[in-house]
Amino acid sequence: MAEYKPIRKVVSGNYAAAYAVKHARVEVVAAYPITPQTSIIEKIAEFIANGEVENLEYVPVESEHSAMAACIGASAAGARVFTATSAQGLALMHEMLHWASGARLPVVMVDVNRAMAPPWSVWDDQTDSLAQRDTGWMQFYAENNQEVYDGVLMAFKIAETVNLPAMVIESAFILSHTYDVVEMIPQELVDEFLPPRKPLYDLTNFERPFSIGALGTPADYYEFRYKIQRAMEKAKEVIHEVGKEFGERFGRDYSQMIELYRTEDADFVFMGMGSLMGTVKQAVDVLRDEGYKVGAAKVRWFRPFPKEELYELAKNVEGIAVLDRNYSFGMEGILFTEAKGALYNTNAKPIMKNYIVGLGGRDFTVSDVRKIAENMRAIIEKGELDVEVDWYHLKR
Amino acid sequence: MEIPENVKKRLSIPGDEHFYAGHTACQGCGASLGLRYVLKAYGRKTIFAIPACCSTIIAGPWPYSALDANLFHTAFETTGAVIGGIEAALKARGFKVKGEDGIMVVGWAGDGGTADIGLQALSGFLERGHDAVYIMYDNEAYMNTGIQRSGSTPYGAWTTNTPGGKRHFLEKRHKKKVIDIVIAHEVPYAATASIAYPEDFIRKLKKAQKIPGPSFIQLFAPCPTGWRSPTDKSIELARLAVQTAYFPLFEYENGKYKINMPSTKKEPKPIEEFLKYQGRFKYMTKEDIEVLQQWVLHEWEKLKKLAEIFG
Repeated sequence: MAEYKPIRKVVSGNYAAAYAVKHARVEVVAAYPITPQTSIIEKIAEFIANGEVENLEYVPVESEHSAMAACIGASAAGARVFTATSAQGLALMHEMLHWASGARLPVVMVDVNRAMAPPWSVWDDQTDSLAQRDTGWMQFYAENNQEVYDGVLMAFKIAETVNLPAMVIESAFILSHTYDVVEMIPQELVDEFLPPRKPLYDLTNFERPFSIGALGTPADYYEFRYKIQRAMEKAKEVIHEVGKEFGERFGRDYSQMIELYRTEDADFVFMGMGSLMGTVKQAVDVLRDEGYKVGAAKVRWFRPFPKEELYELAKNVEGIAVLDRNYSFGMEGILFTEAKGALYNTNAKPIMKNYIVGLGGRDFTVSDVRKIAENMRAIIEKGELDVEVDWYHLKR
Repeated sequence: MEIPENVKKRLSIPGDEHFYAGHTACQGCGASLGLRYVLKAYGRKTIFAIPACCSTIIAGPWPYSALDANLFHTAFETTGAVIGGIEAALKARGFKVKGEDGIMVVGWAGDGGTADIGLQALSGFLERGHDAVYIMYDNEAYMNTGIQRSGSTPYGAWTTNTPGGKRHFLEKRHKKKVIDIVIAHEVPYAATASIAYPEDFIRKLKKAQKIPGPSFIQLFAPCPTGWRSPTDKSIELARLAVQTAYFPLFEYENGKYKINMPSTKKEPKPIEEFLKYQGRFKYMTKEDIEVLQQWVLHEWEKLKKLAEIFG
């Protein structure tokens, strides 16, 4: 194994994704432009135009629906396949997302988290990706540009191992268009980590013709669904192994599906996903200096959902403040529902409160985390909730 | 029966069978016959994409397949996009696509999945220039879902969502001319074909195989179930559609139009010839039939002029 000397580049989150696609030696990219995803595909197209990538077919389709359809076709024909989208585009793909997982095709996609219209918004919000919760796609939420790059490389390895598609999710503008130092991995080391795809089956086998995606009668459909769930369970092990391997090779350990930050002796923790957790970690340091015993729990993988890791965390804290940059109307923040549900049949019952923050790109700062901390401390001292769901930023 | 050698030499339909007996098509199904010819023309080294349509059912449920070729079942509106993706993957992986010895990528979709919900993906496929063949088998309605109208349903035809009643029939629009939309993309090759003229159809399939870029064939394929026609009349009806100029056979190749035999031979027969045997037209009055007749002749004249000017 060659020695790892990272190549440091100052790139946007979108360019980090594009470099990861290049280094993963992706064979087919099919995509349709949508803000703020566009610069991912533009950068990839530039790589092709400049001859920086070989054997990459770029299919500039006429819609996101066709983007995903072309991706599943290409993946069924054995290629390593990538696309990227955002918000309305992801919603338009929705039908085909089921097709990718149902046909067990390891397509990898970057979704740039953007709020759903109306009102029109191009800013950060997780509702677009979380609305795809039940499509059978794995979901990885990146906190920063480095995690976008690392996430895409790991996603291919995990997806191709368990034969399920995977989404790597980054925040609109907060990551997609903001530049930061990213440590990239030399090509030969990426090649060692991520060898060429070996499809379980592909349409180029003409010796024994077969069909994919045929009609499933009531006698068989049920078992197909069960196998997807089995693959999701297996994915937890694979995520652990691949994340550990990534850490050993490149120094950034992703073996945990929930990244814990200063939680060992914490009274309560802030839990959330994506870029807002960078702010939360910073706030934890500030709050610790101010005497708060707090930590952060960053949910990296939302699907499969890290039930077991959540339980380990929940049994050692008094409270969890769940920060949701998303909303399920008629209910509550989506991560909150999931986390509560995962703990219901356990003996871990911390006080849990849902803070709805940052919808549609509204700023979320360290001082916001401090206010939430004050509120959480009061709740824990009193032993009861004031409200379960707090629309934290609401102009009253 | 032994085929005499001199006759055998003249036959251009390959003897190979790649469409298994025991498929689940209705009796007299034109589409299944069409699919059989496509498989004969292209053989096993073919990758099919079939969207939601009669052929989904005809090919059979998991774990069965009536096709002796690789098949990807896909969503209703995606045929164009999926074959584009398959072709891109094959190229990226270094396979030869199309041509005499290349892999054939074939989209096989009904008129609903092509003229209506799949039109956008078809347009994208044509415009991007993929090396694949798109075949629209035209049975003039959404047959598999219970005979609802499609954009390709003709004037006056009964369907379950455009019924003919005591006072009205609901289908007042003429058939959408999908091939004209295709030609507007300036594709290298587009053609119409009919299951009544298999040698012409196979010749066109072979041509589509050789010409680089996207090819499109609109295949006329009667549906006895949806047309309320006797199951033994499908081929005759397909032939009459050509002979009445209701569905003329022609090719468009690199900007040039060519009307094929037998459409060139004689003056069109009256449209009533085509309408007979079909229960779906029984609500039409003499005036209605005249409306259809005028449309058919008008379109036929247009095509003849195109062939004359751009032949």
